[in-house]
Amino acid sequence: MRRSDLGEFEEVVLLTVAVLAPHAYSVSIAEELEQETGQTVSTGAVHAALQRLEQKGYVTSLLGEATAERGGRRKRLFTVTALGGRVLNDVRQVRNRLWERIVPQVTLKWS
Amino acid sequence: MKTLKNKSPFPRLDEFLHRLVAPHLREEIMGDLHERYQRRSQRLGETNARQRYWRDALTYVRWSNIKRKPNPYPTTYLYSPTMLRNYFKIAFRNLLKYKGYSFINIFGLATGMAVAMLIGLWVWDELSFNKSHKNYDRIAQVWQFVNFDGTISSYNSVPIPMAEELRSKYPDFQATSLSTYTRDVILAAGDKKLTKSGNYVQPAFVDMMSFKMLAGSADGLKDVHTIFLSESVAKAFFGTENPLNKIIRMGNKTDVKVTGVYEDLPYNSAFRDVLFLAPWELFVANDAYVKRVLDEWDENSFQVFAQLKEGPSPEAVSAKIKNIRMKRKDPPGYKPAFFLHPMEQWHLYTDFKDGKNAGGIVYFVWLFGAIGVFVLLLACINFMNLSTARSEKRAKEVGIRKSVGSVRGQLIFQFLSESFVITLIAFVLALLFAQLALPFFNEIADKRVSILWANPWFWLLGLGFSLLTGLIAGSYPALYLSSFQPIKVLKGTFKASRFTSVPRKVLVVFQFTVSVTLIIGIITVFRQIQHAKDRPSGYERSSLVEINMNTPELYAHYEALRNDLLNTGAVVEFAESGGSITNQYGGTTNISWKGKTPNTQPLFMANQVTHDFGKTVGWKVIEGRDFSRKFSTDSSAMIINEAALKLMGFKNPIGEIVRSGKEYKVIGVIKNMIRQSPFEPVNAAFYTINYNAVNTISFKLAPQLGTSKALDKVAGVFKKYNPEAPFEYSFVDEVYGRKFSDEERIGKLAAFFALLAIIISCLGLFGLASFIAEQRIKEIGIRKVLGASVAGLWQMLSKDFALLVLIACFISAPISYYLLNDWLQHYEYRTELSWWVFVAAGLGAIAIALLTVSYQAIRAALMNPIKSLKTE
Repeated sequence: MRRSDLGEFEEVVLLTVAVLAPHAYSVSIAEELEQETGQTVSTGAVHAALQRLEQKGYVTSLLGEATAERGGRRKRLFTVTALGGRVLNDVRQVRNRLWERIVPQVTLKWS
Repeated sequence: MKTLKNKSPFPRLDEFLHRLVAPHLREEIMGDLHERYQRRSQRLGETNARQRYWRDALTYVRWSNIKRKPNPYPTTYLYSPTMLRNYFKIAFRNLLKYKGYSFINIFGLATGMAVAMLIGLWVWDELSFNKSHKNYDRIAQVWQFVNFDGTISSYNSVPIPMAEELRSKYPDFQATSLSTYTRDVILAAGDKKLTKSGNYVQPAFVDMMSFKMLAGSADGLKDVHTIFLSESVAKAFFGTENPLNKIIRMGNKTDVKVTGVYEDLPYNSAFRDVLFLAPWELFVANDAYVKRVLDEWDENSFQVFAQLKEGPSPEAVSAKIKNIRMKRKDPPGYKPAFFLHPMEQWHLYTDFKDGKNAGGIVYFVWLFGAIGVFVLLLACINFMNLSTARSEKRAKEVGIRKSVGSVRGQLIFQFLSESFVITLIAFVLALLFAQLALPFFNEIADKRVSILWANPWFWLLGLGFSLLTGLIAGSYPALYLSSFQPIKVLKGTFKASRFTSVPRKVLVVFQFTVSVTLIIGIITVFRQIQHAKDRPSGYERSSLVEINMNTPELYAHYEALRNDLLNTGAVVEFAESGGSITNQYGGTTNISWKGKTPNTQPLFMANQVTHDFGKTVGWKVIEGRDFSRKFSTDSSAMIINEAALKLMGFKNPIGEIVRSGKEYKVIGVIKNMIRQSPFEPVNAAFYTINYNAVNTISFKLAPQLGTSKALDKVAGVFKKYNPEAPFEYSFVDEVYGRKFSDEERIGKLAAFFALLAIIISCLGLFGLASFIAEQRIKEIGIRKVLGASVAGLWQMLSKDFALLVLIACFISAPISYYLLNDWLQHYEYRTELSWWVFVAAGLGAIAIALLTVSYQAIRAALMNPIKSLKTE
C-alpha cells in the first residue's frame, strides 16, 4: 500500500467525508473540522485536499442541489470509495499496532 | 435567489476570482465561498465574516484551480503542410483562371514597386552625396553673406588671406586649403592634348578630402611644378605606362611633373569634375591678378575649404569667424559675414534667403519621395479594390470551406498567402522593370545609380516592403472574406451590402485625386519652363559660337585674328569679352553717379568687352548708340542696361558721368540681357571697352554657309594662331538651353511618374469596370430585351465612374493650387496658374477614365442578351 501519498490533512479530510456521508462537501467538512480541532479551516484548503483525494481515487463526487445560501449554485458532494475506505483502514491499523506497543509506563508519564 | 447572488460582500473580488478560476470549477468554488460567508455572518457577525471571506478567497488562488481543463475536441492545425500546399495551389489556379485580373494586379503592383524602387534609389543617392569623403562630417566651405542695399546674398567665394587667417588664428580648424573653382585647362603630354577640368589647391586639400592615392604620396603637391592626375586621365594620357614623373604641359605654358595618381571620384561627389589637382603656388605664379590680390581682403574670387577638429560644431565656429572682415580696418559697405557651410549640406541645402539656409535639392527629395509613396499606394489600392470587388465570386468557396471545417484563421491565412504570392511575383517583376528603366531614368535624372544587388539592406527593405504591401493589400479582403457566414452564402441570400462599395469608391476618388494633381503639376512645370524660354533674352543666340581663350597664343592678336576670320567668309562678326555671354561674374559696388543716394551699396555687374561685342551678340540699343571705333573717346564710354538705368534713375542717361575706378560717359542703353538664371530678374549691368581684361572669343557664323563647313574654316584659322591647343568651342544657344536643365529634368521625371500613376489608376478602373459589367450582366440582358439602347446602357455603366473622377477633380484643384503656388514662389519670374490648366487636367482625366470604362461598358452593352439570360 502506498502509504506515503496520503498527507495528514488529507487523511483528516478523508475521515470527515466518511463521517459526514452522504452530506460531505467543502463547507460542511471545513466547519466540522473547525469544531473538532478548534482551529480555523479555510474551504480553499479543504477543496484542494478533496481535489487531490479525488485524483487519487479515494473519493468520488457528484453535484448536489443548489441552495439560496450559495447564491443558487450547486454544491459538490463527496463520498469515500472502497479504495479510500481500505486506505483509511490501513492507516488506522498501523496506528493501532503502534499504540498497542507503547509501554504503559510511558503513557502514564504523558497524562 | 438572484437577490442573494447580488449580496456578495466584495463584487470586485468575486469577479476577479470568477475570471481566475477554471470554468468547470467556478460553480462549486464560488458557491462554497458564498455559503461559508452566509453561515459565518449569522454565527460570527458581518464584520468577522467579511474578513474571513478575503482570506478564504485567497486560498483558492492555486494553480490546480486556475488550470483550464483541456478541450476534449481536437483543434484545427493551422499550418499543416497539406493545407499550405492547397492554399498555394488555389492561389495559382485563381491567378490562371482570371488572367485579366491577375495581369492588372501583378502588373500594376510591379509598376508601382518599380517606381518606388527607382525613387528610393534616387533618394538614397541624393542623401549619400559626398559621403565617400572620409571627413564628411567635419569638412566645411567658407561662405559669406553680403548685403547689397538691403538684399542679402550668399557667395561661396572669399578672399585669399582668409585661409591663412583661419589656419593661424582659429584653433578650431585642423586644416584649411585655398582652391580655385574647377576650371578647364589644356593638358598635353607628347602629342596628346586634352582639355580637362581640375582645381589648383594647397597640399592639405588632398588629405582633407581623402583622395585615394593610387600612385605617389599625398604630399606630392608640395613642389610648385607638380600635378596629380585622376586615374582616368592618367590612363587617357599614358595608357598602361607608369604615369609617375612623366611631364605634362599645362595651358600650353608650364611643364609640370606627375607626382601622384588618385582614384576617380564617385559621381555623387561635389568634386566629381576634379580630374586633376595642381598646386596653388603654380596658379599664383602664372597669374598676375592673383599675385596682386594675395593680401587683398576685398577680392572675393576664391574658394576656401576647411576641416574642423573633433568637437566644435560648424555653427559655433561660424559665429566666431563671422566678423573677420568687419573687424579689420576699412570694412566694405557690403558688410560681409562669413560662415561655414558644412559638407553635409553642400548638395541638399544650397539655397540661402535673407541670411538663412532655405533648403535646396532636399525639396525635391521630399517631393519625389512623396510621389513614390503615392504611386505605390495607388498600386496597392488597385489590388485591394479588385480583391474586394471579386469577393462575392469567392463567397461560395468561403462558405464551402467553412462548412467542411475551415476556421477563420485558416481563411485569413489563405487569402494573405494569395496576396503574398502576388506581391512576390510583382517584386520580381519590379526588379526587372527597374533594371530595364534604370538607363533611361539615370539619363533624365542625371544620376549614376544602379540596383544595389549586393547590399543586404536593399533586399531586406525590398522584401520587407513587399511583405508589408502584401499584408496591407491582402488584409482587407482576408478579414472581410473570412467573416462571411457560410449559411447565408450557400443559401444564396448573401448580398454584399450597399455600403461595401463605399470604401472602394473612396479609393478610386483618392487615386484620381493623385493623378489629376500630378497632371496639373506637370502642365504647370512645363508652362513655367516655356514661360522662361519665351522670355526675350536680349541677344541673338543662333549660330553664335564662343571659344575659351585658355592658351597665351590667343591673346594680343585681336585685329589680325578678327580680320582672318572675317576673310574666310564663314564669320560675320567677331568680338572678345571678359566672360561668356551666358554667364555673369564680376560685380562691383564701387560705382557712383550724380544723384546716387549716399551710403547705399547697390551691386552692378561689370563687363569688359571689345568694340564689336554688341554687334556680335546682337544686343538691342534702345537709347543712344553702340560702341564705335569712330569715337576715340569710347575708351571711357559706358553702355548700361535697362535695369541699371532704373537703378540709377537717370531721366536722360546719355552723356551722364558714372564713376567706377575712373570716369565713364554713358553713351547708350541696351535692353536687358538674360545672362544668369532666366527665372530671375536681370541684374543691373554696365559694359566698358577693355581689350586686356578679356578671356572669351565670340563670333557669329555666316548663315549661308552650313554650320559644319563654316566651323571647318574657322578651325583652320585657329590652327594657325593656336597650333598647340585643340579647337574647342560651344554654341551659345546650347549653353543657354542648359539654364533650363534642372527644371526640365524635374518636369520630365514628374511627367514620367504622373504617366505611371495614371496608367496604374486606369488599370484599376478598367478592372473595376469589367467587374461591374460582369456583375450586372443579367440586368443588362433584361434591359436589352425590354428595349434599352446601347448608348443608354453605356451611359448607365459609365456615369458612376465619371462622377467619381469628377469628385476627384474638385478635390485635387485646391490641393494642386496650394502646392504649385508654393513651388512657383521659388521663381522671381513665373507663370500664372490659369484656371484652364485645372479644367484641362480635369477634362483629360475624365476623358481617360471614360475611355477606360467605355471599353467594358460597350462590350457589356453589345452582348447578346440570350447568352446572359439563358443559363439557369
